[in-house]
Amino acid sequence: MSEELLRLNHLSIDYKVKDGYLSAVNDVNCVINKGEVFAIVGESGCGKSTVAHSIMNLLPGGNEEMHGEILFKGKDLRTCSQKEMEAIRGKEIGMIFQNPLDSLNPVYTVGDQMAEAILLDKVDKTEAWNRVLKLFKDVKMPDAEERIKSFPHELSGGMRQRVMIAMMLSRNPELLIADEPTTALDVTIEAQILEIMKELKKTFNTAIMLITHNFGLVAEIADRIGIMYAGEMIESASVYEIFENPKHPYTKLLMAALPRNTKAEGRLQTIDGSVPRITEKKPECRFANRCPYAMEKCFNEDPETVYVSEDHFCRCHLIGKEEK
Amino acid sequence: MEQKVMIKLDGLKKYFSIEKGLIKKTTTYVKAVDDISLTINQGEIVGLVGESGSGKTTLARVILNLTKKTDGQIVIDDMDLADISSAEMKKLRSEVAVVFQDPASNLNPRQTVESSIMRPMIIHGVPKAEAKKKAKEVLDMVKMDQRYLDSYPHQLSGGQLQRIAIARALALNPKIMVLDEPTSALDVSVQAQILNLLLDLQEELGLTYLVITHDLNVIKYISDKIAVMYLGRLVEFGPTKEIAEHAKHPYTRGLLDAAPILDPHLRDREKQIMKGDPGSLINVGAGCRFADRCPYADEQCKNQMPDDVMVAPGHQVSCFHPMED
Amino acid sequence: MNKNKVKETLNECRKNANFMVGFVILLSVVLVAVFADVIAPYGVNEMHVGGKYDPPSANCWFGTDELGRDLFSRVVYGSRLALWVAFLGGSIQLVIGVVVGLACGFFGKWVDRVLSFMTDLTWCIPGTILALAVVTLIGKGLTNTIIAISLVAWASYARTVRAKTLSLKSMAFVETGKAFGESNASLMFRYILPNVVPSLIVLVSLNLPGTILSTTTLSFLGLGSQPPSPDWGLAISNGIDSINRAPWMSIFPGLALVYTTFGFNLLGEGLRDLLDPHMKSQ
Repeated sequence: MSEELLRLNHLSIDYKVKDGYLSAVNDVNCVINKGEVFAIVGESGCGKSTVAHSIMNLLPGGNEEMHGEILFKGKDLRTCSQKEMEAIRGKEIGMIFQNPLDSLNPVYTVGDQMAEAILLDKVDKTEAWNRVLKLFKDVKMPDAEERIKSFPHELSGGMRQRVMIAMMLSRNPELLIADEPTTALDVTIEAQILEIMKELKKTFNTAIMLITHNFGLVAEIADRIGIMYAGEMIESASVYEIFENPKHPYTKLLMAALPRNTKAEGRLQTIDGSVPRITEKKPECRFANRCPYAMEKCFNEDPETVYVSEDHFCRCHLIGKEEK
Repeated sequence: MEQKVMIKLDGLKKYFSIEKGLIKKTTTYVKAVDDISLTINQGEIVGLVGESGSGKTTLARVILNLTKKTDGQIVIDDMDLADISSAEMKKLRSEVAVVFQDPASNLNPRQTVESSIMRPMIIHGVPKAEAKKKAKEVLDMVKMDQRYLDSYPHQLSGGQLQRIAIARALALNPKIMVLDEPTSALDVSVQAQILNLLLDLQEELGLTYLVITHDLNVIKYISDKIAVMYLGRLVEFGPTKEIAEHAKHPYTRGLLDAAPILDPHLRDREKQIMKGDPGSLINVGAGCRFADRCPYADEQCKNQMPDDVMVAPGHQVSCFHPMED
Repeated sequence: MNKNKVKETLNECRKNANFMVGFVILLSVVLVAVFADVIAPYGVNEMHVGGKYDPPSANCWFGTDELGRDLFSRVVYGSRLALWVAFLGGSIQLVIGVVVGLACGFFGKWVDRVLSFMTDLTWCIPGTILALAVVTLIGKGLTNTIIAISLVAWASYARTVRAKTLSLKSMAFVETGKAFGESNASLMFRYILPNVVPSLIVLVSLNLPGTILSTTTLSFLGLGSQPPSPDWGLAISNGIDSINRAPWMSIFPGLALVYTTFGFNLLGEGLRDLLDPHMKSQ
């Protein structure tokens, strides 16, 4: 039986903007178990990055309003003090970003930067250096002995992302949040990073929260998926369920919009209209204005969370009706 | 039926020189496009794939005559770029249109949609009233409402901007469109809209496309033929089905293996993960450019440049040891 | 839709304190210059309106000078000269800077090497000293001084325009224009220049105070405006001789100078925040 690691409970985040509030995340519920890869997938502006940043308490601060709970091993991270959060960040939850160059200090060698973090554990220098070298080998850094002495700008994009992953590994976190980790990389490098992440999961039993818009990536690595649309998690299930048996009209349409075959097999499915900007909360399904199956109810009532099976939920009036 | 050749490249080269040293100058060359021969027929969609630094964008810029070739021959619609009159050059400029990747920078931020679309026509001497009419027509063709004519780029979404860039490209009734990563910056649902639109236009108008992208799923979907580039060289070229199912070059295989497949059941398929980085174009050796990363490379590969060989009708590969199926 | 846009822009301007204060200050200077004939109680060179070296009084607000001229009237008329300096100086610098910068960025290669070298050279030479040399060569006088100073001060425009041009040149819409067969001139002036304008407006308002001050310095040294011009620099220098006896002779023209340059500076900073959010973050 899988053990729960992180649970988002009715998480909502609103941003104060010029013309009122912008609802970036609304009533998101999901669970990530130990050692699994949970992918949050959605198009730009769906709030997936906001969710990831809120877990690490990395939101810009000042103009957002947050509701709900972020339970990490049963403890609400939102009630943690600055100091407690610092202890959790990196040590228990690690994060890698799309552009690793922004996260590395340009004036120190990558080896020094990593050793510094390890030295916090009160080990001597040689020991720390050896550990760095081992980590570099763990992430399959080519010429690890040489690369350890390189500055960030001397490394290629793929190598930098390896350094970031190695850095996370040095703390051996239980949860790794990866925000579009391969978006800036070439396909062949993306495949290499994917392999490393798969191995991580296997050897260290690290849970990974993968934030991405790339369904190919998800199909390759995710165990379970949460689909987000306009700030809401509209469907969540195992990767096989989502790809084979999607329930929500949005997920269905997205699956049909992916180019899998050749043009000879017909045109791709498209979704008309565009993602709405939600500035006022009212009872409605946020996808209603683009949904080909929308009913009157969809425009005036919040869809409830309906469990299709134990591990597959969906928020859609259509499904609720079917089940009843 | 013999098809008309729209683009013919023969031994095309584009080198950039880098000078180093203050007193004793040494010149090194970046061979961004090195000895590429390729024919594209009328009405074909050819997908050009390669990693960053493979020279695919440089190749497109040479074809668009945005940068001068170093050597070789380019013939577009029976006009040789080497000895072309200025009248022919003008004709060529109207026949080859381009759409770039970034929707945000594809249009002049200080011009309205209407003047952006009208501009190419004005340059080519179309009277203003007629250009205005045509602007509305092409906006219709890309399925956009005419109320956007007075908008400025910052008021529009990525998908809308890309539609307008396509509309502008259509303004001069081109025969060839060069599409440089036309959907890379777009979301899945918008990408589908743009791909459908491009295919519809191609069928309707009989256009020839050269589509540059790094997304293999997109390329497989949209193109009739696939050209694979690696460090300035064309390593494999052939019909999409041939390439997808019977790739002969180890690099093409690696690329296809690396591309994520949209089916979780296939995640444990057997694949060969290519090692190392794409490498750099500076000071490449005499041998096959891929030799360093190739698991099958031998002495010959390291010292000699392989020639293009035909392995099947219309399927060329540049490798000493083409792979078996 | 367009009306809303204008409204929104105005609203944003109104919220920016720097911009508003700077704008009001400069507006007041312009109004004073335009209506100088109405505002000034006396003629610009009218002598013996009171005694010599009279301190400020109800009759002569800023006092009088060694010839018994009303200082208030002279400061008011002097604003016309200050604005003329700003206008002519700004225009000359802008034209040279834009042409050089565009050419450097657009053509690159030897054009860039030669013109950039010239720009760097001008940048390195102390402005006032070069201006002194030029004035000695082409003769004294306000207009000559402005020309001399502007021949030195265009370098910062050229550098900004060059840098902007370089980054704009490789942008997709410029490349697309080229692919459609746009001429070089059209690419430079229709595609690139309009996108450089926001940074230029900012730069102009930030650079003008320097130009006004340099001109004043040359006038102070006796190379710029010649008596009996109501130039503020000249007036300050004139007052220095009797600074103990009649300090107001230098103080009031000085305050006018500070007021005007301050206005330009504030306006520049405000415009920078409004037009060029990237520069703000740096």
